[in-house]
Amino acid sequence: MGREALDLLAFFGSLVETLAGLVMRPARLRWVSVVSHIERTGLNALPIVGMISFLVGVVLAFQGADQLRRFGAQVFTVNMVGISVLREMGILLTAIVVAGRSGSAFTAEIGAMQVNEEVDALRVTGLDPMEVLVAPRVIALVIALPLLTFFADMMGLLGGGVMSVLLIDVSFGQYWRLLNNAVALNTFIVGLVKAPVFALLIALVGCFEGLRVSGSAESVGRLTTRSVVEGIFLVIIFDALFSILFSYIGV
Amino acid sequence: MAEWNEPIVTPPIISLRGIVNRFGRQVVHDGVDLDIRRGEVLGIVGGSGTGKSVLLRTIIGLNRPAAGTIEVFGMKLLDLSASERRRIEERWGVLFQNGALFSSLTVAENIEAPIKEHTDLAESLRREIADLKIRLVGLAPEAAAKYPSELSGGMKKRAGLARALALDPEILFLDEPTAGLDPIGAAEFDELIRSLQRSLGLTVVMVTHDLDSLAAICDRIAVLVDKRIKVGTLAELQRDDHPWIRAYFHGPRARAAGIDAAAESPQPSAAS
Repeated sequence: MGREALDLLAFFGSLVETLAGLVMRPARLRWVSVVSHIERTGLNALPIVGMISFLVGVVLAFQGADQLRRFGAQVFTVNMVGISVLREMGILLTAIVVAGRSGSAFTAEIGAMQVNEEVDALRVTGLDPMEVLVAPRVIALVIALPLLTFFADMMGLLGGGVMSVLLIDVSFGQYWRLLNNAVALNTFIVGLVKAPVFALLIALVGCFEGLRVSGSAESVGRLTTRSVVEGIFLVIIFDALFSILFSYIGV
Repeated sequence: MAEWNEPIVTPPIISLRGIVNRFGRQVVHDGVDLDIRRGEVLGIVGGSGTGKSVLLRTIIGLNRPAAGTIEVFGMKLLDLSASERRRIEERWGVLFQNGALFSSLTVAENIEAPIKEHTDLAESLRREIADLKIRLVGLAPEAAAKYPSELSGGMKKRAGLARALALDPEILFLDEPTAGLDPIGAAEFDELIRSLQRSLGLTVVMVTHDLDSLAAICDRIAVLVDKRIKVGTLAELQRDDHPWIRAYFHGPRARAAGIDAAAESPQPSAAS
């Protein structure tokens, strides 16, 4: 466990080194690969992320309205939905879906290449797997996850809005006005700044586990499972760390 | 064939000294010495788990040995800087066991990949080189546009060979080139390797299980036994009295490959 954490840290170090090299010579980056991974991890995830966020917005509003009615504070449902979706739910759910969808895909793709000795063939050809396989995936996910998170935020607020209109007797116009009073730009940004960090964690773990595959197809399966579990675990740990950080700096 | 017993005039193209490889507490190689001469075909054989592929991977730099030195073209590989290593890597080609073609690229793009990485040739020229290499290994021109998943096992190996030859290497490393091929395909592949080796002046190092390949195309054979290596021609190894080497070169399969018949056997051994 400790050993693996150290290896992951070393992997992160060599990724930073590779990225620094790519900043110096951007022509070496596989742009086609970056765009294709943005499509696969971002664009293709829109339906599932949108649906989950919408439903979570609906559930939050429903439960919130139910509890707050006892205090006659139904109208604060909007505050609750707005703040929880923008600060936590949008980004966290998106990150978990992406870890399950794309983190696992990274591990399986790179793992299958490892089994087929393609990664060795890259090295022998003088191509650095870090540059060819890892960097495009990391960069693509760091671009895609914030965009997905923005979409998830909007869908979550829409779900909460639909439920509020149905349950607490406000019109859509009133919902948006209440929302406007409840949340500040800060609330939205606090959620969104976590996205690139979570993206980095998910892509890092996915590629790291993929390159650890050795020999058999069985090992691809085992490490893919591991990559999803570790990816989600790290996302939640870092979410907690962010909470501490934000309360410390007072946002 | 030249007489390999005469003193070596040219320095060896690859020279291993005291190579030690271990995984955890298991020692695979314990002081392997090996000299490979320019222009020869050397077969590496050994029982399973004796580290044939590990030895090959050690020479091409995919596995760092725990001790020992590797000299290729007179330069100590383990001491070189990254850019010096790159210049050496341009001078060898590797064929992995199942071809190891990049699955997201077509055959032609696979062959162009090393050219793109190591040279500044124009795209049209790269394409021409790829077409040439495809013909060289006996693939149909239509194969150029196919993806690896559309190829048979034998075609994958040929395409992998074409990629290994992309930069006109001096040394060719082959990991079990005939494994998984039917006997006819295997014999054709042996013949292809032999004719390429002769016409391009290659030095070939191959890991193999295939006794037919050993007999047909290898000038010398390196046998991994007792964590070290014994090298010799087929005739020399047949006279060796190490138990594993005896079993290997005098077994029923060796007889089937026509190897045993060449050696004078002192007493008729019981066939099983």
